[in-house]
Amino acid sequence: MVDLARQAWAIARKDLLLEFRSRTAIISAAVFTALVLVVFNFGRDPTAVPTLTIAPSILWVTFSFSGMMALNRAFALELENQALEGLLLSPISRYSLYLGKLAANLVFVAAVETIGLFLFALFFDVPIWDVLAALVGVIALATVGFIAVGTLFSAMVIRTRFAELMLPVLLLPFLIPPLVWAVQATGALLAARPLSEVTGSLKLLAAYDIVFVTLATFLFPAVVEQ
Amino acid sequence: MTLAQRGRWVTLIGLALLAVVYLRALAYTPVELHQGPAQKIFYIHVPAAWSAMLAMGLVGLASILYLLVKDPRYDRFAAASAEVGTAFSLVMLTTGPIWAKPIWGTWWTWDARLTLTLFLFFIFLGYLLLRGTVGDAGLRARYSAVLGICGLVLLPFIHLSVYLFRTLHPQPIVLKPSAPSLPGSMLATLLFSFAVFTVLYLGFVIQRYAIGDGRDVGDA
Repeated sequence: MVDLARQAWAIARKDLLLEFRSRTAIISAAVFTALVLVVFNFGRDPTAVPTLTIAPSILWVTFSFSGMMALNRAFALELENQALEGLLLSPISRYSLYLGKLAANLVFVAAVETIGLFLFALFFDVPIWDVLAALVGVIALATVGFIAVGTLFSAMVIRTRFAELMLPVLLLPFLIPPLVWAVQATGALLAARPLSEVTGSLKLLAAYDIVFVTLATFLFPAVVEQ
Repeated sequence: MTLAQRGRWVTLIGLALLAVVYLRALAYTPVELHQGPAQKIFYIHVPAAWSAMLAMGLVGLASILYLLVKDPRYDRFAAASAEVGTAFSLVMLTTGPIWAKPIWGTWWTWDARLTLTLFLFFIFLGYLLLRGTVGDAGLRARYSAVLGICGLVLLPFIHLSVYLFRTLHPQPIVLKPSAPSLPGSMLATLLFSFAVFTVLYLGFVIQRYAIGDGRDVGDA
């Protein structure tokens, strides 16, 4: 168990270090997120629909696209110089490899989502500050389940043709349950409804996370096995 | 008799029995009081949904078995079942709106069961697309098994995520805690149709499996 965590950390650290040194991916993802928000601003009629009505959809569609972008790069960098073969030869369990990749992806997506959340509050003048803690909880729970499946699938699609198109086609159906609950919870929070109204959604999100993190961890060896 | 021939026979029997279902549904089953003749589509729609669900369940089961024992026959069966399931989902997704327009006044609504079956269709499509993009047979089998299992686990969550909204789809009338609430002749037609659609599912899958068998032999 300790080994598993240590090895996973080594993988995550390697990925994040690479990311931190080049910074290209994170900056591109942040710019992409900002642009999606801008597109939303011009894709609606502000006189017809009040911002608060559409705010949860804007936030979650933006996060879905940003998450998908982030996942496309997760295993792409392991393809260069057969880096994945090297990783598989190293005395690291497949489970650690998956959990490390998942952790690195989560940190990456969390960074992008943080930038996205502030830009969202700024661009659309949404009062997120009073409910920030609860909102971050909702975002974290929804992101974990989505990225857990996404990490598994991104390891698969890199070795298929049309990888960039296959990932969204396979992954978007898995985004629906977390999206439904996250949008409901976000809507309730932004409308200043009592917290008790979102606990149901939070429980469902947590259940989804537990099921899919476990399932993906156990299925991952079948994906990378030679 | 080869497997493909056997599959063809099962399919022919299924198709002949399907004609009996049509005949029975149109001529020997009473017209429903409120919905009129539109209700007749129920004898095709519900059994098609059953076959699609059965197909997905067996794709998931065959996927688990494949990952456990790595026998390519399970993979071939899963591929056959997914293809047949796609066809049945399409029957279900086209007959549903045809019924819904006169009865609900809308072709489509984001009701729990409609959403669930739409995603069932999307998962089947994703599964078949994924199989098409992987060249290596072993890799293809493992990838599709992973997707098959994930898809099977996802469906209850999709159902749960939309079930909490109000639902427009008719509630279960046969498989429910109390006794089925429809006349005996309607129930008989429906149950008969369930059996026929199961036979059709089997016939199609056997044929498709036999084709996959021959294709793999040809590759070797």
